[in-house]
Amino acid sequence: MSKMDKTLLENAKSIIKERLCKSGYSHNVRADIDIAALDLGNLLQRTVEFGESNSVLVVGAKGSGKSTLINRVLEDIHNDSKNAKNLLIVKLNGYLQTDDRIALAEITRQLKLENTIGDKVFGSFAETLAFLLEALRSGDMSKSQPIIIILEEFDLFAQHKNQTLLYNLFDIAQAGTTPLAVIGITCRLDVMELLEKRVKSRFSHRQIYICNPSTLENYVQQFTDVLLLDKAFGKTAKHKAFVKKWNSHVENLTKNSSVLEILHKQFNYCKEASPLHQILFLPVCSLSQEHQEITPADIAESSQLIFNDSKANILHGVSVLELCLIIAMSHLTNIYEGEPFNFQMVYNEFLKFSQKKSHILQNYTKPVVLKAFEHLIELELLKTKDHFMTHSGKLQKEYRPMILLVDHSQLREAVAKYPGCPTDVKQWAESSIV
Amino acid sequence: MSHDSSAIPARGKQIEQLISIFGDPVDVTMPALFVYGHSSCGKTIVLNHVLEKLKVPHVVVNCTECYTNSVLFSAILQGLSGDNDLGSWKCDNLNDLGRNLRKVYESQSWNETVYIVFDKAERLRDREVNLLPALINLQELTSLNFCVILVSELPWEKFYNGVGIRQPFIVFFPDYTKSELGEILCHCRPDGVDREFYQHYISIVLAVFSLACRDLRELKHLSELNFSTYCAPVKAGKFDEGDKHKLWKHVEPHLKEALQQLYLRKVSSEEWMKLHDITESGDATVLKPVKNSDTIELPFYSKFLLIAAYIASYNPASTDKRFFVKNAGRMKKTARSMKKDERKNSHLRGPHAFPLDRMMAIFYSIVDSRVPPTANIFSQISTLVTLHLLAKIGHEDEIDCPRYKCTVSLDFISAVAKTMNFDIVRYLFDFV
Repeated sequence: MSKMDKTLLENAKSIIKERLCKSGYSHNVRADIDIAALDLGNLLQRTVEFGESNSVLVVGAKGSGKSTLINRVLEDIHNDSKNAKNLLIVKLNGYLQTDDRIALAEITRQLKLENTIGDKVFGSFAETLAFLLEALRSGDMSKSQPIIIILEEFDLFAQHKNQTLLYNLFDIAQAGTTPLAVIGITCRLDVMELLEKRVKSRFSHRQIYICNPSTLENYVQQFTDVLLLDKAFGKTAKHKAFVKKWNSHVENLTKNSSVLEILHKQFNYCKEASPLHQILFLPVCSLSQEHQEITPADIAESSQLIFNDSKANILHGVSVLELCLIIAMSHLTNIYEGEPFNFQMVYNEFLKFSQKKSHILQNYTKPVVLKAFEHLIELELLKTKDHFMTHSGKLQKEYRPMILLVDHSQLREAVAKYPGCPTDVKQWAESSIV
Repeated sequence: MSHDSSAIPARGKQIEQLISIFGDPVDVTMPALFVYGHSSCGKTIVLNHVLEKLKVPHVVVNCTECYTNSVLFSAILQGLSGDNDLGSWKCDNLNDLGRNLRKVYESQSWNETVYIVFDKAERLRDREVNLLPALINLQELTSLNFCVILVSELPWEKFYNGVGIRQPFIVFFPDYTKSELGEILCHCRPDGVDREFYQHYISIVLAVFSLACRDLRELKHLSELNFSTYCAPVKAGKFDEGDKHKLWKHVEPHLKEALQQLYLRKVSSEEWMKLHDITESGDATVLKPVKNSDTIELPFYSKFLLIAAYIASYNPASTDKRFFVKNAGRMKKTARSMKKDERKNSHLRGPHAFPLDRMMAIFYSIVDSRVPPTANIFSQISTLVTLHLLAKIGHEDEIDCPRYKCTVSLDFISAVAKTMNFDIVRYLFDFV
């Protein structure tokens, strides 16, 4: 194996890793995004070229390609339009700009107006707003620089007090003095309901919907696209040979029936791209000199890790004493038909069991058992019944009503898997009679 | 990439997995990782070890310590910039955090992945609803190469909060098996102790504790605490080091007693050592019982008031006649009253609230001498409430007939009743 091949593999690995991890830069070709990009591109082009104002919402589920769409459209405008160097882009995100004051400060910053506002008090909300509004309103259609404002997590902006920011942005966009395009990006389909009436009436009601791939074929195609290398990888003969070898290997992989089965299973759970990427992530990471190709076994192993039942994992690690308490709770829930139980009842059941059946478990004092019980609460395997929370302060912890969050079948599985579980405990899990 | 597995025993697979996930420092990695597993199964130590070993910029913050957003954010910024000046990285919203992170990133001229580890990440759920999704999206929000690692004892599904949160890449740390526990405990043995000798000691410790406790931290504490007891006869020259059976006989009662105190920490470690040293000098392994903190000294009438309150809390009001009226005649035992409903057992269901009048009536009938209902008596009731032996139920403004609940356990009240020569069990409906 030559050194050249090693670097090639490393290169391929980091390219694919970047595709898997970086969101908003999907390189996949998807017809629906192309159509949406055309629409949105036209709209923004008109703002940039002719100074038309506009507002639009991009709605789609998480991971459906909204950011990819925006990034692609902005890139196109940057490359094509002659007016592009004049264009100002302001990007806001509902996670970062958690209220209107911060959002305004950020807009000022991104428009590079801090210097103009420098001698004024920067903290005052009203002043900043007035200043910005004046700056934005005073422009005119032909001469002013066009501005594109992108609001990611648009629904969070709608939660700001009085929706002042949204109102003013839409108002300016509607007035049509300064060329301004407002793009909202959200995953909430009911986003229109969140807007106040006065805000809603100023919005252009243009919405672009993006969906996840709807068929299994598209989904598998997505899987292949992520892995395939393209011409940009390299130009030398060695590069080309590597790409050819790699791509044919990927084609084989997607024809493998066990891989297809895993993809089908995953598709039935969730059509989004990110779980798909997660399945691929570990196999790609483990590519190395000794292990040059992704095998179906790798995919199977990593999907196994992802489908792993986390509650079973947690149950596997509790002590025998805690497991016994869970069994007691499960029986109590069964006997009282889902009514809540308290520690005292669980302890009583546990005593019955340990005195009659299991002599190894006899030596525990009540405080020790209570500690074990509290550990289970900490692990959130059981919780306080909601409406008792309010006066739980007055109630001793032994008598606080609790409900179990472990299903009987989960428990049975956990007991079966538990390493070195005493036989009498196993029997007790099967039947409540002691 | 190779690693030194001897530093952290039994976690080789996890270390390898993390190293392969992190990959080359300049590569983009998953924006967020979620590491979970039981407490003290090596999550933090393995992460620290791997991050130190790879020599990548990183910061570890503990979400319990950083109890507000601004403390959390400045801890992150300080850790990354290596700048200890508290004032310079003050920031209290996510927007400033993003800007400052960019500033730090650029000033350090990094081009590799920067890792931010949030230990005890379950605490982040109690903060404002959008903090956690924002932190998970940090890579996208700052468009810098950040990787956020959340470390928690809880599985990921406990983090769903209804606002839509991107699922991070999940890494599970399995619990240690019994033999792994033994190996690790041996690994942490005190200096200058023979491995085989200690191994045998550890196997005894595990045999006693493993059913009740699989927490490495607690087991380590217990084994360190009792090791001097185990060694004492060898040091005194009574047994040989190889005398395993005798050593076992010697230490077992001490460990059994420690099992009764598991996790409780009623006495400090120093006191515990002292307590067991006294018994060392004598040959017999008679153990002094740990002082029972469950009893407290109360005035005469307070004790009776407490007993009365206990009876009122745990007996149904309808049975008072049977217990306290002289010549009430034999109660008719119907089939219905004979069949005890376990659901109504108040020692399982917990104490009921009772009005003051009922408690006073019981009080007068159990105290032999005549007690005038003076302010003294009533002030003792409020003392009992301040001592948290009684709890006042309902609103403060119900002064004409306040209601109480007795909050002491049966063991406690039995101990109190015993000092008064009062057989309380005879007066409890659940035990008739």
